[in-house]
Amino acid sequence: MKNLLLKGLMHRPLTEAAPTDPGLETLGESLRNETRRALGRSLALRMVDAGSCNACELEIQATGNPYYDMDRFGLHFVASPRHADVLLVTGPVTRNMAIALSRTYESMPNPKWVVAAGDCAVDGGCFAGSYAVLGGVHKVLPVDVNIPGCPPTPEDLIKGLLTLMARAGTRR
Amino acid sequence: MPEILELITTDAARLRSAPVEHHKITKHLWEQAAGDTARGMLTLLSLWATRGAVHMALMARPNAPDEHTRVGVVSLENRRKSFPSVGRLHPPAQRLERSITDLFGLSAEGATDARPWLDHGAWEIVNPLGKATARHTPQAAYEFLPVIGEGLHQVPVGPVHAGIIEPGHFRFTGQGETVVRLEERLGYTHKGTDSLMHGASIERGAKLAQRTSGDSSVAYGWAYAQAIEAALGHAAPKRAQSLRAIMAELERLANHLNDVGAICNDAAFAMMLAQCSILRERVMRAAHNVFGHRFMRDCIVPGGVSVDLNTDGRAALEALVNDIRLGFEPLVHLYDNNASILARTAGAGILRSDLAHSFGAGGYVGRASGRNFDTRRDLPYGPYAKLVFTVPTRSEGDVNARIWVRIEEIQQSLGLLSQLLKSLPDGDIFAPLPKPKEKREGLGLVEGFRGDVLVWVGLDARGHINRCHMRDPSWFQWPLLEAVIEDNIIADFPLCNKSFNCSYSGVDL
Repeated sequence: MKNLLLKGLMHRPLTEAAPTDPGLETLGESLRNETRRALGRSLALRMVDAGSCNACELEIQATGNPYYDMDRFGLHFVASPRHADVLLVTGPVTRNMAIALSRTYESMPNPKWVVAAGDCAVDGGCFAGSYAVLGGVHKVLPVDVNIPGCPPTPEDLIKGLLTLMARAGTRR
Repeated sequence: MPEILELITTDAARLRSAPVEHHKITKHLWEQAAGDTARGMLTLLSLWATRGAVHMALMARPNAPDEHTRVGVVSLENRRKSFPSVGRLHPPAQRLERSITDLFGLSAEGATDARPWLDHGAWEIVNPLGKATARHTPQAAYEFLPVIGEGLHQVPVGPVHAGIIEPGHFRFTGQGETVVRLEERLGYTHKGTDSLMHGASIERGAKLAQRTSGDSSVAYGWAYAQAIEAALGHAAPKRAQSLRAIMAELERLANHLNDVGAICNDAAFAMMLAQCSILRERVMRAAHNVFGHRFMRDCIVPGGVSVDLNTDGRAALEALVNDIRLGFEPLVHLYDNNASILARTAGAGILRSDLAHSFGAGGYVGRASGRNFDTRRDLPYGPYAKLVFTVPTRSEGDVNARIWVRIEEIQQSLGLLSQLLKSLPDGDIFAPLPKPKEKREGLGLVEGFRGDVLVWVGLDARGHINRCHMRDPSWFQWPLLEAVIEDNIIADFPLCNKSFNCSYSGVDL
């Protein structure tokens, strides 16, 4: 353990610069001011899997690994919807999960935002048309941002959420 | 009258190269087969229905050194709306039977548990795969099994969990801190995959198969491709088989690394998760760089693979193997020399060996409890028969043993990757599939990171899918988690649960 800790102290962090996108840096700047105005310093995320295949969850988990370290942008996951500003939803919204998803949303305080992550959450993806799915988060909740991908990469997810932060800042 | 055992004759070579025979048997023999699985003479690999029949895939393990593992499919045709329950004699079949009842409207005669499983009363139709009809009456509230005793209390958890995980409901009954009973209720992620498969093209089927359990995209892609190729009596080129194995070992590596870190994290040893997630991310990035997708999704197609590996890619993977080998060793040391984490993992969540065997528990769950089975060795496919590897097993059956099986499997996978990269054959990566011209059936069986993934596919004469049944290893692991948590404290549930890491989507379909 000593060696690993020492290595951690001596080496530069693995964490990479924020994903670069044309306009994202300026977005980052403006975003800092906007979100602070709206929400203080951060957005609390609550994640609900509404029937995904679990690949989206793995990529959402990966946003927390040392390479991406999403917390540094002020985006962090919370355990209860009561503490959340943003509901991050994956999966095509199965009929069996629809009630639990709506109830989670209803438990969140205002103001609140919804992000649909992954092709399934956007429009049902390859499961659209089945008797068992509703076909996308927008069928149940008002969606603010869609992040497509099967699954979206950690970078896609961070970019999508940063976009939301910018919007969240201006909407209030 | 033939014994059931005499019908289970397909060896590895035949399983991988030819359509699977399904033996039509009588009701009497069906009941005998159920009894044989209950007595441990045969392992139940799966139980599923098609229109007008129910089927069991069974496996016979060798009794003598010169014998081989064999599999077979037995089928009971039924024009009535019921079939003799297997779960009545052999509990691992119960949830599969309840699913058949929900999806096809066939009831299991004499079943001890006739509650619905996948049907939560939220679909607009009932029996979607059988004679589907509109739902007229609302479903009665789900009744959990009664628990009787003094000073008991219940803790309902889910389907929405606190972490970033899949949905499912756990009903704990506790006495103080100790769990007296856990009952799982799953089905929340049921997407109706089986119904989407019906009538789908082979290509669309491959996409759906690889979205059954995302973490096992490669394993499902391969098992599905095997089933299709076996049904058509078609062989994918050697190079494609080796590339599939490279993908499969990368997938195993990524998942096991993630699990080792995540289990330790559930005992509040966060450093291990941080370190393991670095290594896992490197595997995912290498997969993306070399095969174009972090989960290597849609890289395996029936007939071969869709991406080749060039010299640069090969060098990148060799570098990755080296990097993980060097990076993982100190982490094993870190785990093994830390009394505070071992105090949580050793002795927690013990799975009895007899249960692991009777349920045919695959992967680290079975192997940590002494069930020495690995599809790659016992029913070899692709390049595995020519590769050198061992199948790590333990007998303690606790969380620690499940961690150690994973640690050793990571080391084995690194060795396999080195061998595969060195011996990669030249040639094509894809051979176009022939047209079937008649109805065909094929069975695929692949060792995913969780255990054996089974895919059975029935093709119609035009080469479309009539029925595709996919059985995740978690079918036979979830029920064992209920047994494992008994007498543990409720606070150890996350630890035990993560050490199983069952798939929700894989069993809900």
